[in-house]
Amino acid sequence: MDFSYKEEQQAFADALRRWVERDYTFEKRRAIVHSEAGVSPEAWATLVELGMTALPVPEAQGGFDGTAVDMLVVMQELGRGLVVEPYFATVLGAKFLALAGGQEALLEKVAAGELKLACALAEQQSRHDLSAIGAVATGGLENAAVSGVKTVVLHGGQADAFIVSAKVEGTIALFLVDADTAGVAVRDYRTIDGMRAATVSFDHAPATPLGTAAQGWDILEAATDYGATLLCAEAIGAMDALFAATLDYLKTRQQFGAPIGKFQALQHRMADMFIHLEQARSITMLAAVKEASGDAEERRRVVSAAKARVGQAAQFVGQQAVQLHGGMGVTDELPAAHLFKRLTTIGLTLGDTDHHVQRFIAQPGFQAVS
Amino acid sequence: MDLNYSAEDEAFRAEVRAFLDAELPPELQRKVRSHLRLSKDDFVRWHRIVAKQGWAAPAWPVEYGGPGWNATQRHIWEEECARAGTPPILPFGVNMVAPVIMAFGDEAQKAHYLPRILNCDDWWCQGYSEPGAGSDLASLKTTAERQGDHYIVNGQKTWTTLGQYADMIFCLVRTDTSVRKQEGISFLLIDMKTPGITVRPIIMLDEEHEVNEVFFDNVKVPVTNLIGKENKGWTYAKYLLGHERTGIAAVGRSKRELDFLKKLALREQKNGQPLLHDPMFASKVAHLEIELMALEVTVLRTIAQEHQGPGPQASVLKVKGTEIQQLLTELMVEALGPNALPFDPAFLEGAAGHAAGGDDEGAPLAAYYFNYRKTSIYGGSNEIQKNIITAMILGL
Repeated sequence: MDFSYKEEQQAFADALRRWVERDYTFEKRRAIVHSEAGVSPEAWATLVELGMTALPVPEAQGGFDGTAVDMLVVMQELGRGLVVEPYFATVLGAKFLALAGGQEALLEKVAAGELKLACALAEQQSRHDLSAIGAVATGGLENAAVSGVKTVVLHGGQADAFIVSAKVEGTIALFLVDADTAGVAVRDYRTIDGMRAATVSFDHAPATPLGTAAQGWDILEAATDYGATLLCAEAIGAMDALFAATLDYLKTRQQFGAPIGKFQALQHRMADMFIHLEQARSITMLAAVKEASGDAEERRRVVSAAKARVGQAAQFVGQQAVQLHGGMGVTDELPAAHLFKRLTTIGLTLGDTDHHVQRFIAQPGFQAVS
Repeated sequence: MDLNYSAEDEAFRAEVRAFLDAELPPELQRKVRSHLRLSKDDFVRWHRIVAKQGWAAPAWPVEYGGPGWNATQRHIWEEECARAGTPPILPFGVNMVAPVIMAFGDEAQKAHYLPRILNCDDWWCQGYSEPGAGSDLASLKTTAERQGDHYIVNGQKTWTTLGQYADMIFCLVRTDTSVRKQEGISFLLIDMKTPGITVRPIIMLDEEHEVNEVFFDNVKVPVTNLIGKENKGWTYAKYLLGHERTGIAAVGRSKRELDFLKKLALREQKNGQPLLHDPMFASKVAHLEIELMALEVTVLRTIAQEHQGPGPQASVLKVKGTEIQQLLTELMVEALGPNALPFDPAFLEGAAGHAAGGDDEGAPLAAYYFNYRKTSIYGGSNEIQKNIITAMILGL
């Protein structure tokens, strides 16, 4: 058994961290978040240059064939640095393309950093159930056209193309729709964590089928399980940063003539946060390893366990970090509050804790006894 | 990153399973799996079966009779024993006093005590806590005064687990009252048959006689029973605390108990359905199972860092492990509902016939729940563990 990262994996992480510390500082990020575009073309160019867009793409399409384990370190660094670029949305979109097959040319463009993707899956009524959709596709395979309104599409306003879920005769199927095609309307906005998302409306928008209609739900589940695993890793990175900032604050902030870290009520809170973080880190590692195992039931079980557990940890660590920062914790000035906001939105993305506990219970393994 | 066991590990697991299948007496297995109380003979019998195989002290160096297993193999052994439902090998001799004797004892002490510990010829108990020295162990007051070739021991120890069966007790005693409290403590081995020792039972909230008070009234102990140097006992005690602690998480045992809990919740009914199908109950079980999955990986991560030596990470395992053990017993009682109430101590001690209330499977569970409140208190309370995390890991 081996819990260490390979040299190449660590090299990716180190390169990312150096870039964040030098060129993606908290103040630079703030400027990007408040800019009209909400993202930075220079930052994207650097991510591409560092090989981040190539990492998850298959080797045959110019990528590095990275697994979820390879992506762990990358996502942790992006979480630590609160990076708001459309990386996760594109990587998730690429996973759909890779699973569906037949989109090699587009994957090459993703690897080269020339194509940004967004996943238009949820709708107003879906909550966390991505099968609860009303979008439909008509026209058969040849002349497919998608109609429906997708909500909170992460980085929908920055995408060149969308992965869209829509029903065909009651079955969920997946389509690729170009952003600049007729019948697509995008309303881009800022999210509470400083990212961008969009409401994307499709009105008989010409669409390319991804995989067969029969595969739609399986691909969607596999891709979003991959996405959930990546979000867990991002949360670990954000929690690491938030925990370190809080520990630092406890060692420096003076009250009653002593650093507040000398008070046991606060010390034990930190110990509780530490235990949450270690448990979350453990189950994220397990999810990353099992994600690619090929056993779909095991993948559902472990990824749901991870997303549920990380969601709990993120809520506890986030809330308590703010509490321990006192008044400063609820200002816009410190990274603490921004890490807390990102941790909160991760909890609400691709299934919250309750959703994943329910899914964990629904797997056959839960009822199996010796 | 590779979370799979190696082929060698799996072969080792098969060897362990074959041994347990062949050698674990069914009546002991039934007692353990049914949450019945074990007798002195049950503990000794199992210890000697394992000792005969050469596996009674997994963490001991080969030169003293250990099997030469690495941390992963020791974990597999513990996991398979828990899965099968073996009685525990009690820690007081093998895991607690023996490592101290090995590290700080003289040759005569090693030659005399270690083989007897390995074969369970002596039943050891622990003399640490006192009425006034619990979490603040260093404030202990039991004194040992040097008189010629002997120490004269006076004072009281408490919470002495299974001390009623013990042949030997290892004690922390005060040998110098004039220095800082940690600096005047010595580590002394005392024969329980020595005149002046009185053992008095403490009956716990489940009416079990599991712990005792031990009184020392002018007890004469040969100075050859001193371990290491006089007044260095606190150092030895701390060494012991850091020793071989990943087992403290008891993941294997909790996995077996989770399986038991699910079977119980499939047997019990709510609204005409198995209780395990009830969304509220299922949610509690699922949260518990997820926590246990995470803890198993946390344990394996700790084992993988074995070369760095035992560390404060064990405190995380103790806190989380005991929280899970307690929640398991809590949910067992919740599953039974009002049928958890019938109490039949004779049945728990192994009397023939059916339990009062008629549910043999459920009868021990309320007592089990109450008994297990001890887990977050003993071995350094969970609050003390958080102090350790705070000081040793966080540097606060």
